[in-house]
Amino acid sequence: MLSVSELSFERYFEPVFEPVSFELGTGSLLLVTGANGCGKTTLLRLLAGLLEPSEGEIKCPNRPLYAGHNPAIKDDLSVEENIRFLMRFMGGRCAKSELEQCQEIIKEIGLAPVAQQEGRTLSAGQRKRCSLSRLLFCDEALWLLDEPYSNLDREGIAMLDEIVRGHLDDGGSCVMTTHGSLRPEGFDLQECFLLSGREQTA
Amino acid sequence: MSQPALSTAFLALLRRDFLLAYRRRAELLQPLVFLLVVVTLFPLGVGPSPQLLAKIAPGVIWIAALLATVLSLDSLFRSDYEDGTLEQMVLSGQPLALIALARIVAHWLVAGLPIILLSPLLALWMNLPDAGVPVLIKSLAIGTPVLSLIGAIGGALTVSLKRGGQLLSLLVFPLYVPLLILATSAVSAAVSGLPYNGQLGLILAGMIAALTLAPFATAAALKLSLS
Repeated sequence: MLSVSELSFERYFEPVFEPVSFELGTGSLLLVTGANGCGKTTLLRLLAGLLEPSEGEIKCPNRPLYAGHNPAIKDDLSVEENIRFLMRFMGGRCAKSELEQCQEIIKEIGLAPVAQQEGRTLSAGQRKRCSLSRLLFCDEALWLLDEPYSNLDREGIAMLDEIVRGHLDDGGSCVMTTHGSLRPEGFDLQECFLLSGREQTA
Repeated sequence: MSQPALSTAFLALLRRDFLLAYRRRAELLQPLVFLLVVVTLFPLGVGPSPQLLAKIAPGVIWIAALLATVLSLDSLFRSDYEDGTLEQMVLSGQPLALIALARIVAHWLVAGLPIILLSPLLALWMNLPDAGVPVLIKSLAIGTPVLSLIGAIGGALTVSLKRGGQLLSLLVFPLYVPLLILATSAVSAAVSGLPYNGQLGLILAGMIAALTLAPFATAAALKLSLS
């Protein structure tokens, strides 16, 4: 599903991380770990296609889903309006009427009490939940999740683990970054430890 | 993969932009109030002689329209860039030029169209002779889309800069110069009873060229700003 060989990226003529290679099959989870600033987000942005690799190759037959640090939530729109816009714009699985599906998703991510509130009034954790709502209606097979656990409470983390497990069971795959303290639990996972490229050249 | 049709995505974006514009209506009124204030200042500054005002009216109204448009350009892509929506739009697989076009259309409808609607009032304030008013409205009707289209390129280029506003105006004002010359000379020609179709035709040609090319240039600039 995803195959990466000798991938590296240079910023200001310095490699951001040591070249990485890995293969990711269906139903598997890759955990990218490493210290702050070692290039985890850069790696994910490369995989998503937002950056062009300096060297190496990424083979990814289908368009992946990328959920980065920026939540893509409009401060002036309510939770429901935000999610409905994403559903219309990004597309995805659509079984029922749009409004019904949207309300179900809001309930599932635990934002039902604040569904009509504007984005600016949400807490950091609620924002994260709102941006993760995309996982519930998207139909991309490969998910790239950048620090998905940040700001989430205990139930939120369990909820996310459940969503990811369901996705892997359906034959999807997932690349996830974490700086270490929070890890997905109870998964059969591959791990990729990213080394910063700067230390090597210094 | 079930990607929404182009028209669905385009309409979804337009709808969101109008909703956002409605929620931030104070932000949208500012450039229009600015336009009114700038035009009001001229009679105070150069003296209220009707002949003098009538002579400078086309230039004053058009320059005020340019300034008001540039004020609203900085926010065209900024909030989408800052909250990560732009990233998701690029990754959505929809053509970026179409996304840019939707933003430009929305911008023109909330920032350009009100200028056209206000122009008869501005013409009255500046004592523009009656013969010039329809031509002023026509020149604004085909000229303000050009302002939005060219401005979007500048807005996309400067979106990743913290204070891109000043640079944005330096980038786009030189590109607005031909439009300003043509539009004011059309209105002045109409006031003196001379033919003005040539100037309007050139503005129209410019609008068609900008409509065809600017969305692609904007898309390229947005990609550049994101990497």
